[in-house]
Amino acid sequence: MLDASPTQTTLLEVNNIEVLYNHVILALKGVSLDVPKGGITAILGGNGAGKSTTLKAISNLIHSERGEVTKGSILYEGRNVVGLDPAELVKSGVVQVMEGRHCFEHLTVEENLLTGAYTRTDGRGAVAAELELVYEYFPRLKERRKSQAGYTSGGEQQMTAIGRALMSRPSMILLDEPSMGLAPQLVEQIFEIVARLNREQGVTFLLAEQNTNVALRYATTGFIMENGRIVMEGKAQDLRENPDVKEFYLGMSDKGRKSFRDVRSYRRRKRWLA
Amino acid sequence: MPDTLLFALEASLNGLTAGVMYALVALGFVLIFKASGIFNFAQGVMALFAALTLVGFQSGQIPFSHLINAMFGTRLHHFGWNMPTMLAIPATVLVMIALAILVERFILKHLVNQEPIILFMATIGLAYFLEGVGDIMWGAEVKALDVGLPKGMSSAVDEATFNWFGYGFYIDRLEIWAAGIAAVLVAVLTVFSQYTKQGRALRAVADDHQAALSVGISLRFIWVLTWSIAGIVALVAGIMWGSKSGVQFSLSLIALKALPVLILGGFTSIPGAIVGGLIIGVGEKLFDFFMNPIIGGATENWFAYMLALVFLLFRPQGLFGERIIERV
Repeated sequence: MLDASPTQTTLLEVNNIEVLYNHVILALKGVSLDVPKGGITAILGGNGAGKSTTLKAISNLIHSERGEVTKGSILYEGRNVVGLDPAELVKSGVVQVMEGRHCFEHLTVEENLLTGAYTRTDGRGAVAAELELVYEYFPRLKERRKSQAGYTSGGEQQMTAIGRALMSRPSMILLDEPSMGLAPQLVEQIFEIVARLNREQGVTFLLAEQNTNVALRYATTGFIMENGRIVMEGKAQDLRENPDVKEFYLGMSDKGRKSFRDVRSYRRRKRWLA
Repeated sequence: MPDTLLFALEASLNGLTAGVMYALVALGFVLIFKASGIFNFAQGVMALFAALTLVGFQSGQIPFSHLINAMFGTRLHHFGWNMPTMLAIPATVLVMIALAILVERFILKHLVNQEPIILFMATIGLAYFLEGVGDIMWGAEVKALDVGLPKGMSSAVDEATFNWFGYGFYIDRLEIWAAGIAAVLVAVLTVFSQYTKQGRALRAVADDHQAALSVGISLRFIWVLTWSIAGIVALVAGIMWGSKSGVQFSLSLIALKALPVLILGGFTSIPGAIVGGLIIGVGEKLFDFFMNPIIGGATENWFAYMLALVFLLFRPQGLFGERIIERV
């Protein structure tokens, strides 16, 4: 369903959540974010900033890593989904593509895709149609359909993982670090497909990325995380032009490119001041 | 054909059929190990428990009768009827499924994400618990199990081999049946895991728990499913061993013989469990046949373990163990 009104409806609302791992490690210290329906929202930040944790808190995969949401609420279509079984969440339309692909290595590419339709109850015909759709977006996967996923390339595995998520016919995909370990050209290709899926299939994306440059080019909105908190948010366009983002995350400044060492010390100083 | 060769051939045929029995037990281990990474020490006891339950149902024995008698001074023993085998087997299957649900509810659910060694310890506990429950429920005496499978020498094999070689082979008909049933069981399991949605989910869980969760596969359901299947395989193994040598508590020790089978075949391979079982069966008999005159008897007790040791030294993943896929 298309929303014609200029103010977009919010599909997912994260309100001030705290996440504790193993009852002691505080990974998120009050994170709030809104994901508009039909958009591509990017969560940016360095290692350990809490991007993955945020995604896993939403998809509830955090439980299997001994983490739990101790404060706040996560509303998906107005319903609190904290503590919900991941399978239930997949059924209601939210599916996560995990960091590092996580394909089923010993299953073929096609079998991998079919497991994505596990929660569907609308019959083989509908699943077969979905499979064709996935192959349309990822023709490469059709060529490799009979290969064991463990033997396919990193890019193919990323495609398999995204395709597998698509098989559940989701309204929202949580995409964790799609660029990880891929060549720049492939990263571009993957993001191109993400944008197409968003445009043509109406899938809402919430993605976590370290590659700020690519992510901000394709995203509509962005959140920047540091140390378990959101430190900046805004339209992707605005973030891209923001001098601080340019300085810290895109490595550009008025004085030209900087050495990484300077960026880091500058960031440290900045944190002190904040 | 020289006699020695004929005797050796007969010994290996007998070994093959004995190997099928080992393979049946090993199969149960492989199923659970693949799906949940747990080495289920209780698999042998599950076979015993299944066989006990089957005999109990068949003979219309009242469960816990000893306990009830001891507590209330009654003299209960039997319901006074016999359940037909065709009814007793499905009833036992239901009991094994109930057992799987209880194991998930009371053990696995609470130990999610624990170290494999902790889960292994839990299955040792389960083994002792089940053995005790089996004892209290059905009594500790040795029982005969008869599900109507033919027994004794197969005259067909005897005649055929006599006509070919002038020497009749002795093969137990029960063991021929066991081989046939094992083959059907493996075929059904293979079709299930390769071509059905749940089978695919099962393999997916075996590969990557987290990813399986992420696509909406319920781990708890898959665990109940695997333990149920392992329970049914245990029942088949229990029926075969029970028909052969009576249902007795030493049955749970056959689990130990499954260990070398697993090391040979690989912990994660169904065909491996079968081939491993056959190799151990044949190897045992042949080794005994040729070495007996030289080093004396009772080699069957240790041959399997020695072979396993050799495999551990030279091919630790077993013959068919899953190769760890590592992209370079």
